[in-house]
Amino acid sequence: MPPSALENVLDILKTDQDGVLAGWIEVADEEGVKRSDLFSEREGREQAASLLKAFRNGISERTDKDDFDIQAEHWADLRGVLGEITHERVERGVQPSEMAGFVLALKGPLFSRLKERLAKKPEQLVEEILIASKAIDAFAIYTNEVFIAEREAVIERQREEMMELSTPVVELWSKVLTLPLIGTLDSLRAQEVMENLLQAIVHYQAEVVILDITGVQTVDTQVAQHLIRTAAAVRLMGAKCIISGISPKIAQTMVQLGVDVGEVRTRSTIRTALTDALLTVGYAITPIKNHQEGTLV
Amino acid sequence: MILDGAREVDRIELSGDRDVVRARRRIADRMDALGARALRKTRFVTAVSEVARNAVVHGGGGVMTVYAFKSARIGIECRDRGPGIASIEQALSDGFSTTGSMGHGLGGAKRLSDAFEIDSRPGGGTVVRMLGSL
Amino acid sequence: MSSAAAIYPVEGVLLVSIRDDITDTDIVDLQDALSERIADESANGVVLDISGLEIVDTFVGRVLAQLTSIARLLDAETFVVGMRPAVAMTLVELGMYLPENRTALSLTHALAKMRQMRDE
Repeated sequence: MPPSALENVLDILKTDQDGVLAGWIEVADEEGVKRSDLFSEREGREQAASLLKAFRNGISERTDKDDFDIQAEHWADLRGVLGEITHERVERGVQPSEMAGFVLALKGPLFSRLKERLAKKPEQLVEEILIASKAIDAFAIYTNEVFIAEREAVIERQREEMMELSTPVVELWSKVLTLPLIGTLDSLRAQEVMENLLQAIVHYQAEVVILDITGVQTVDTQVAQHLIRTAAAVRLMGAKCIISGISPKIAQTMVQLGVDVGEVRTRSTIRTALTDALLTVGYAITPIKNHQEGTLV
Repeated sequence: MILDGAREVDRIELSGDRDVVRARRRIADRMDALGARALRKTRFVTAVSEVARNAVVHGGGGVMTVYAFKSARIGIECRDRGPGIASIEQALSDGFSTTGSMGHGLGGAKRLSDAFEIDSRPGGGTVVRMLGSL
Repeated sequence: MSSAAAIYPVEGVLLVSIRDDITDTDIVDLQDALSERIADESANGVVLDISGLEIVDTFVGRVLAQLTSIARLLDAETFVVGMRPAVAMTLVELGMYLPENRTALSLTHALAKMRQMRDE
């Protein structure tokens, strides 16, 4: 092993790992970051032990004497262990600050042991404490990054699920699709709506698309532009676009905003839009002769 | 500069219109290999096409350098040997209408890229840098 | 004209298939060749199949609009068919709605629409 600036830390971890582990868990308990309500003492001990082991292995593989970089190859194991523990704890509801507090609690027992060993070499003591402190801080920051990344992944997943829920393209009839828009239509969602719709046109070989905006809360200039652009893209694909559900209020807004609907066909209700759409593909809805109420044909 | 921290991964000489096709192809293939989404690839490659054509038609040819990032992005720098653009504002504003009137297409490239930078001095050529996401 | 575009007569209509590696020069040549063919063969329709195009930039978009105008002057209707979703979205973002062009999902759809137009 090459001489390392952390040689005493390494030695402590080799000869007195159990002592450090016990001290660490004790400090963590005192500082109230144990959360025995969320995971058992045994689990906490096992996780702390595997972290210490990865820390020890990382130091012994470490070749750079001065700077500490958690992204370095020899910290890969430690990153893995930290990531796993953070993932597990976050899933159970541990707060990121508690997780960081838990990691930082390692400093106490480790530094007190260093102090005993290097009582007569203050320069080396300071140096090792500095580097070890930097390392442990980096571990704590890393757990925070993992935490944020996990949260973001969860948010992204939920957003995608919501998006799918809120933009169902429905095949009403052969070659006729409808997309009932509900709620608000921001730019991001508008883009996804458009993408889903255009892909559905290819998939169903649809010739007519009804964009029903009955459920859209407000139509401002931006929403109106999105609608016009969606209709334009549908036309470029070779299908016809009908916008239905234009209420008197929305019609007034659109005129006041000076939105040019151009060649886009608009209908006040989905009922008239459907009649139109079916006509385009060669069908008509007609009443059944001699039909009696309540009779199932 | 928007390409800070990026790594050069490809270099495409632009002298004729066949090179514009080559630039499109090479960048599309790279984005495919990086797992880019169809829409993002189409948008960025369209922007690349505009910039490459501009260098060939108005810039007397040039070089397009492709950059890779650690994050899910791709970047290009296009340096031409032309007379430079006197009014960048005008170059970016034209080429834009519902009927598609004449223009440099640079305004379109700006619209389709995630980030866009242009440096030009009369007599000193034009440099365009763009970022796209995967 | 290079092999980047090919013109085939189908049911009195000229089908133009454009490949992704078409250059600006090729597409200008195509414009010449197609104008000649429309006149020579008295074609009453043109179908531009762009399903092979991964991108349509402002130049190609402009040429598509010009081809349509030229064909119209020569008494032929033009349909653009097979545009990919990502291409349609990009064109809309560029503000190129191609209002002059008629569009259809595929060659079959375009031929059906042309028959319908003739019957009316």
